[in-house]
Amino acid sequence: MLETIWFVLWTLLWAVYFVLDGFDLGLGALLPGIARTEEERRIVYNASGPFWDGNEVWLIAAGGVTFAAFPRVYAVMFSALYAPLLLLLFALIFRAVSYEFRNKVDSPAWRAVWDWVHFLSNLAACVLLGVFFANLFMGIPIDADGIYHGNLLGLLNIYGLAGGLFFLAVFMMHGAIWLTIKSRGELQTKALAAAGVCWVAVAVLLLVFLALTFFCTDIFANYLRMPWLIVLPVLAVAALLMVPRLLNAGKLWTAWGASALFIVCVAFFGVMGIYPNMLISSMDPQATLTAFNSASTTLTLEIMLGVALVMVPIVLLYQFWMYRLFSRPVTPDDLESDHAY
Amino acid sequence: MDVVMLSRLQFAVAVFFHFIFVPLTLGLSVILVWMETRYAATGDEFWKRQVKFWGRLFLINFTLGVVTGITLEFQFGTNWSRYSEYVGDIFGSLLAIEATVAFFLESTFIAVWHFGWDRLSRKAHCACMWFVAIASNTSALWIILANGFMQHPVGYTLNQAAGRAELANFWDVILNGYAWGQYVHTILASWALGGFFVLGVSAWHLLRKSHTDFFRRAFRMVAPYTLILALALALSGHEQGMNVARHQPVKLAAMEAQWQTMSRAPFYLFVWPDPANETNSVEFLGIPGLMSWISHGSADAEVRGLLDYPASDRPPVAEVFWCFRGMVALGGIFVLLALAAFWQRKRESVCPHLLTALVWNIPLPYIGLALGWAVAEIGRQPWIVYGLMRTSDAVSPVPAGSVSLSLAAFIVVYSVLGILDIYLLRKYALKGPDAREA
Repeated sequence: MLETIWFVLWTLLWAVYFVLDGFDLGLGALLPGIARTEEERRIVYNASGPFWDGNEVWLIAAGGVTFAAFPRVYAVMFSALYAPLLLLLFALIFRAVSYEFRNKVDSPAWRAVWDWVHFLSNLAACVLLGVFFANLFMGIPIDADGIYHGNLLGLLNIYGLAGGLFFLAVFMMHGAIWLTIKSRGELQTKALAAAGVCWVAVAVLLLVFLALTFFCTDIFANYLRMPWLIVLPVLAVAALLMVPRLLNAGKLWTAWGASALFIVCVAFFGVMGIYPNMLISSMDPQATLTAFNSASTTLTLEIMLGVALVMVPIVLLYQFWMYRLFSRPVTPDDLESDHAY
Repeated sequence: MDVVMLSRLQFAVAVFFHFIFVPLTLGLSVILVWMETRYAATGDEFWKRQVKFWGRLFLINFTLGVVTGITLEFQFGTNWSRYSEYVGDIFGSLLAIEATVAFFLESTFIAVWHFGWDRLSRKAHCACMWFVAIASNTSALWIILANGFMQHPVGYTLNQAAGRAELANFWDVILNGYAWGQYVHTILASWALGGFFVLGVSAWHLLRKSHTDFFRRAFRMVAPYTLILALALALSGHEQGMNVARHQPVKLAAMEAQWQTMSRAPFYLFVWPDPANETNSVEFLGIPGLMSWISHGSADAEVRGLLDYPASDRPPVAEVFWCFRGMVALGGIFVLLALAAFWQRKRESVCPHLLTALVWNIPLPYIGLALGWAVAEIGRQPWIVYGLMRTSDAVSPVPAGSVSLSLAAFIVVYSVLGILDIYLLRKYALKGPDAREA
């Protein structure tokens, strides 16, 4: 029971991470596509400026919880997926530094370099997260000893790539909607158009990804076993269908909420689809790591549950307060101040 | 090189690079709290200017501290998976608690602080810096509790069937005296580093007579604080030395290059260890009983020697010895410099030689901290968890080629980032307070 609770909490942490960091990663990947002038670029940076750092901590929390609640999953997952995880790490390092360094030297060449770094690192992070999770859904070649028998190229299979592109499209859509909230005028119009284009890409890639999921994974088996879980994909599709309507109606925050709901449902759809497995071995079913054969002791799970039940709501509360504090669009005045990115 | 050595090197690169940024975050956060509280209480714009100037340096430094910290969380899984599996039940929960209790708070409120100057009242803005300082210093506590478990494991039982250490008593783990000793010593060192950083940057400007009033007041404010810290640092170091003697006698023996077990052990001012022959080739100017007193608080106490332990259980003696001597020597320099700064702080013009020394001193606390961690971590070898698990059994089953590649990538990327960061810190430190802030 405790293991199941932690499995769901684990999924929740990833879902929150995708919702929150998803928009700033996606927005970074949109940078060259959407911002033409220096002012537009700075609005894009400052649209996610106060948020990206707090958002990224959800990844640390998800990683930390994997370590604490499912140490064996953490150990095998991180060592087996060595290359993609280190690439993700470098991408996250570069994107953080690009925020901080870009505006610190008054030179167009310096800024252009960091714009490229920002774009490429965000793009890479979006794709890598998709490749990573698609391969988790499908299973990877690990043996009973936790030794990985594959390589980086093996992860870039058709399903992994579809996952990467799907995540990229979703995060870019999510980021474009965020920019409609945080900008006005011409940039906002461009952001709306970008959100529309991304929406179409998401819809198409969703169909492709679901079709491939049917052929490449056993996810749908869980839905036959636990039919009530069907509510997840249904809710996801409904939320996705609401996005363009809400955008057209000018209800930007609600549209962003619908996009967030879509992301949460997709994350739960995938991860609950492999429950109780956490790291599926494609070589040997006996080597598959589950929430039950990889969990920490009851004592640790209980203590951690206490910490999570107290702290996660508090964190959500002050992050919510912070989002409200910085909810207004970025204005040229904001860019004038000495602390803007 | 084998995968163990490569993984150790990679961890060393990751952790030492991370610890270039962490101590300044810890140290400056306290000074910023101090300055901003003065601003919040009095409304004196002078302190706002101080906060803005040091705050900019704080932010440049902060980002790299955050991102290089993520590396460490990844490393346990990517490179030390056997270790992670073995102690995850205990060690993992400490890291997870650090993220939920401290890291969220720190990362959220640093952004509110950074962007919130125009949106928050003076007091609310100041409260954000309090949160940042409390959260960063709490974050360090959880991380050092985790490290403390590797140094002096407590509160666990061994589950032979599952092949892992399991949590038995959470309170024992978080009240681990060894870890608290380590924490106090690290925090004091980091705060002292912050003090010396402010003194050093101020000294640079005072030497050039730029923004004299601004930097003289910063200098005056921080000099007594730094002196107290430099003294407390030495005391806490002594306390921690006794902790090491109690719980890790072989590490202490390596720190002191003490080969023979003896009571009333002397401390030699000059020693040259010769590990190949399991002796010291130079031992000069001994003070009888001092080593016993340093280690156990009594001049007659028995000090265990390295020869009591099989060679396979000893850490590399020369490295640990020299890092320890280096750290202690730097600690002495810090006390002298802080004393001199304290002595001269109220003078109209501080002696230029002292100012120059303080400028050149800026990197030394960083080196001192790195040496201290080298003693702690190399001195723990050959164990990854002292007495429980050997480092060679802890490494991930990944090919050496992958680790060579990632190690090379870390070295290249971190060098570039380190150079850029130092360049920017230097640029903004030398620029002085902004005209808009003046």
